[in-house]
Amino acid sequence: MSDTQEVDIIDQVVSQEYKYGFSTDIEMETAPMGLSEDIVRFISSKKNEPEWMLEWRLKAYRYWLTLEEPNWQNFDLKPINYQDIIYYAAPKEKIKLDSLDQVDPELLKTFEKLGISLSEQKRLSGVAVDAVFDSVSIATTFKDQLYEKGVIFCAISEALHEHPELVKKYIGSVVPYTDNYFSALNAAVFSDGSFVYIPKGVRCPMELSTYFRINAENTGQFERTLIIADDNSYVSYLEGCTAPMRDENQLHAAVVELIAMEKAEIKYSTVQNWYPGDKDGKGGIYNFVTKRGSCEGAHSKISWTQVETGSAITWKYPSCILKGDYSTGEFFSVAVTNNRQIADTGTKMIHIGKHTKSRIVSKGISAGKSHNSYRGLVKINKRAENARNHTQCDSMLIGDRSGAHTFPYIEINNKTAQVEHEASTSKIGEDQIFYCNQRGIGTEEAVGLIVNGFCKEVLNQLPMEFAVEAQKLLAVSLEGSVG
Amino acid sequence: MDYRPWSINKKKMLSINDLKAEIEGKKILNGLSLEVKAGEIHAIMGPNGAGKSTLSSVLAGRTEYEVTSGSVSYEGKNLLDMSPEDRAREGLFLAFQYPIEIPGVSTTNFLKTAVNEKRKYLGLDPMEATDFLKMMREKMDYVEMDKSLTSRSLNEGFSGGEKKRNEVFQMAMLEPKLCIMDETDSGLDIDALRLVSNGVNKLRNKDNAFLVITHYQRLLDYIVPDFVHVLYKGRIVKSGDKELAKELEAKGYDWIKQEVEANS
Ligand SMILES: Nc1ncnc2c1ncn2[C@@H]1O[C@H](COP(=O)(O)OP(=O)(O)O)[C@@H](O)[C@H]1O
Ligand SMILES: [Mg+2]
Repeated sequence: MSDTQEVDIIDQVVSQEYKYGFSTDIEMETAPMGLSEDIVRFISSKKNEPEWMLEWRLKAYRYWLTLEEPNWQNFDLKPINYQDIIYYAAPKEKIKLDSLDQVDPELLKTFEKLGISLSEQKRLSGVAVDAVFDSVSIATTFKDQLYEKGVIFCAISEALHEHPELVKKYIGSVVPYTDNYFSALNAAVFSDGSFVYIPKGVRCPMELSTYFRINAENTGQFERTLIIADDNSYVSYLEGCTAPMRDENQLHAAVVELIAMEKAEIKYSTVQNWYPGDKDGKGGIYNFVTKRGSCEGAHSKISWTQVETGSAITWKYPSCILKGDYSTGEFFSVAVTNNRQIADTGTKMIHIGKHTKSRIVSKGISAGKSHNSYRGLVKINKRAENARNHTQCDSMLIGDRSGAHTFPYIEINNKTAQVEHEASTSKIGEDQIFYCNQRGIGTEEAVGLIVNGFCKEVLNQLPMEFAVEAQKLLAVSLEGSVG
Repeated sequence: MDYRPWSINKKKMLSINDLKAEIEGKKILNGLSLEVKAGEIHAIMGPNGAGKSTLSSVLAGRTEYEVTSGSVSYEGKNLLDMSPEDRAREGLFLAFQYPIEIPGVSTTNFLKTAVNEKRKYLGLDPMEATDFLKMMREKMDYVEMDKSLTSRSLNEGFSGGEKKRNEVFQMAMLEPKLCIMDETDSGLDIDALRLVSNGVNKLRNKDNAFLVITHYQRLLDYIVPDFVHVLYKGRIVKSGDKELAKELEAKGYDWIKQEVEANS
C-alpha cells in the first residue's frame, strides 16, 4: 500500500459511534458547584453517615488540600478546575427503596437501554447487579437470595448503616486516603459504590456486578467499592460503565479495595466504556482510578481483568499486594485507544510473602492519533523468598499515527526471585486484512477479528456473559480505524 | 477428447479482456486476455516474475495494483467494480501463494465468520453451529486435514504443506465458483501434493472453474487441465492443452521467450 493511500484510509477515522451517548432527563438534586468542607459535610449528611465517617472524610479533604496534581505523565493534561465540578447529584425523591416498583421508570428505562435490566423478569440470570446512577445506588438485584448464603451485596452507603463494623475495619485499609491525589479526593467526596462481603467457606453463587452511569452535567463520579472475601471463599465481580456524550470533560475518580483472606479468591473484571470524547478529542471522561487488592491470607488469589475501551484519558493501575505466603496476583488487560484517546494503564505487583506468584498480560491496541502506555511495577521485597513473576506486554498499532509505549519497572530485593518480561509490538497488517477480505470478511469485521484474536488470552478470563459483549465492544471502539 | 458430460453448454464465467495493470508505476500486466467457462480447468504457467501472482491479486481485488485498462467480467458482472469481499461472496476464491497468519483466531472461528458473512450477503441466516461443525468434518476429509489444526491459530506455526492444505480446506468450505490457486503445489512433497490434488478433484464439478497457477507439470498429472497457458511479460503468449505443459517441462521457457522476442 502506498503512503498516500495509507493516509487516505486512516483519514477516514470518523465514524466511531458511541452507542451510550444519550442522556436521561430527570429531576436531580445536586450539591452546589465546587469543593469545600461544607460540601464534604453535605455529602456525609445526605447519606446520614456516622460521625467517624465524616471525620475520616474531613481528614482526607484536608490532606488533599496539601497535595498537588500529579505531573509525571507523558502527555499534556489540561489542569482540572476542582471548583467547577459538582460533587453530588442524585435523582430526586429517591430515598432507599424496598422495591423496584418504586424506582423512577425513567431510570429503569435508562438502564434497560444500556442493556442492564433491573426488572424482575428480565434480569440476567446468574448475575446480581448494583446500579449506580451519578452519585447514588438505584437498585441492587438478588440481594435477598444472596443474603441467604450470608453474602452481603449492597450499596456502600447502606453498608455503612447495616454493617458499620466491617466498613470501618476495612475502608482505606488497602488504599489509604494518603495514597495519592485522587484517592484523597475520593475519600473526601465519594458518594456511593458497592460493598461485598463473602463469609468464610462460601462460594458466591452468582456473578456480582455493578453498573456505573454518569448522567448529570458538570458532575464528577467518585464511587468507592469494597470487597472482602473471608477465608476459603470465592467471588467473581464485574463492573461496567458508560456516560452521555458531552463536550466538557468529566472526572471519574473511583477507589476499589479488595481483601482476600486465607485461601480466598477474588476475580474482579472491568469493562470500561466511559464516553471517550469525539474524534478531535473534545469531551470525554477523565478516568483516574485507584484499584488495589490485598492478598492478606496464605494461598489467596486476586485476579484483575480489564477491558478498557472508553474515556478520554485513563490512568489506572489495578494492583496486588501479595502479603500471604503462596498468594497469587494476576492482571489481564486489554486497552484500546482510538482517535485522541490516551490510556496509561498497568499494574503493580508487590511481593511480600514467600512463594508468591504474579502474572501480567497486557494487550494494548492503538488506532487514530491515540496513545497507549503500559506502566507496571514488579517489586520483590527482601523476605519474599522464591517469588515469581511473568510479564507479557503486547502492543498492536493500527495506522501509523498512534503510539504505543511500555514502561516496566522492576525492583528485586531477594536473590531467589524469578522475574521474566516479554514485550512485542506489531502492526495490523494490510496482508491480514486482505486475506480476510478475500474470504468474504469485510474490513471492519476483519479488524474486529484480528484484534479479538490478539486479545484472546485476556478475553478468555472474562465471565462468559461478558466476554461476548467485550468482543463486540472492541470491534465497535475501532470502527472506522481502518479504511 | 473431453469425456465430461457437462462439456456441452458450458457457461461463460470469466472473461479477461486486454487487461493492463501496474504497481508503483511499473507495468506488470500488459494486455492479458483469457476466457474461462464453468467446468473448466485452466493452468497458467510461466517464468518467475511473469505476472502470475499479479494476475491473481488483481482478480481478487488487491488495491495496490492499479488497473490501467481492459476489463474483467465475472458471471456477467464487472468484477473490477466490486470490493474484494464482495468478489469473495460472489464465489471467487484465491488460494494464496503465501497464506497469512492470524494469531489468536482459530481456523474454525475464521471460517465461521467467513461462511456467515457470505450467507448474510446472500440473504441467508447464519449457519447453525451443529450444521457448521458437520460441514467442517466433511470438508476436512477432502484434504485429510488433522482436526487439531482447525482449533489452532490460523496458519500460525503451520508447516508449508499444512498451510496449503488449509487453503484447499477453506476453498472446500466456501464452495466457490471460481478457484484461483497460486502455486499451491510449491513446497509440497509428493504425498501432500496428492492430498491437495485429490481435494481439488473432489471439489470440481460442472458449475465451477479452476485457474491453476503452477511452475511444474507434476501437479498437472493429478489435476488435469483443459487448457494450458503460458504467461510471459504480463501477457498470455501461448495456449494449448496439457501436452504444452509437458513440452515446457522438457524444454524450459527459453524457446517461448525467443519466440516472443522474434515476433515483437
Ligand atoms: N508490490 C510490488 N512492488 C513492486 N514490484 C512488484 C510488486 N509486486 C510484484 N512486483 C513485480 O511484478 C513482477 C511480477 O510479479 P509476480 O506477479 O509476483 O510474478 P510471478 O507470480 O509470475 O512470479 C515482478 O517483476 C515483481 O518484482
Ligand atoms: Mg507468484
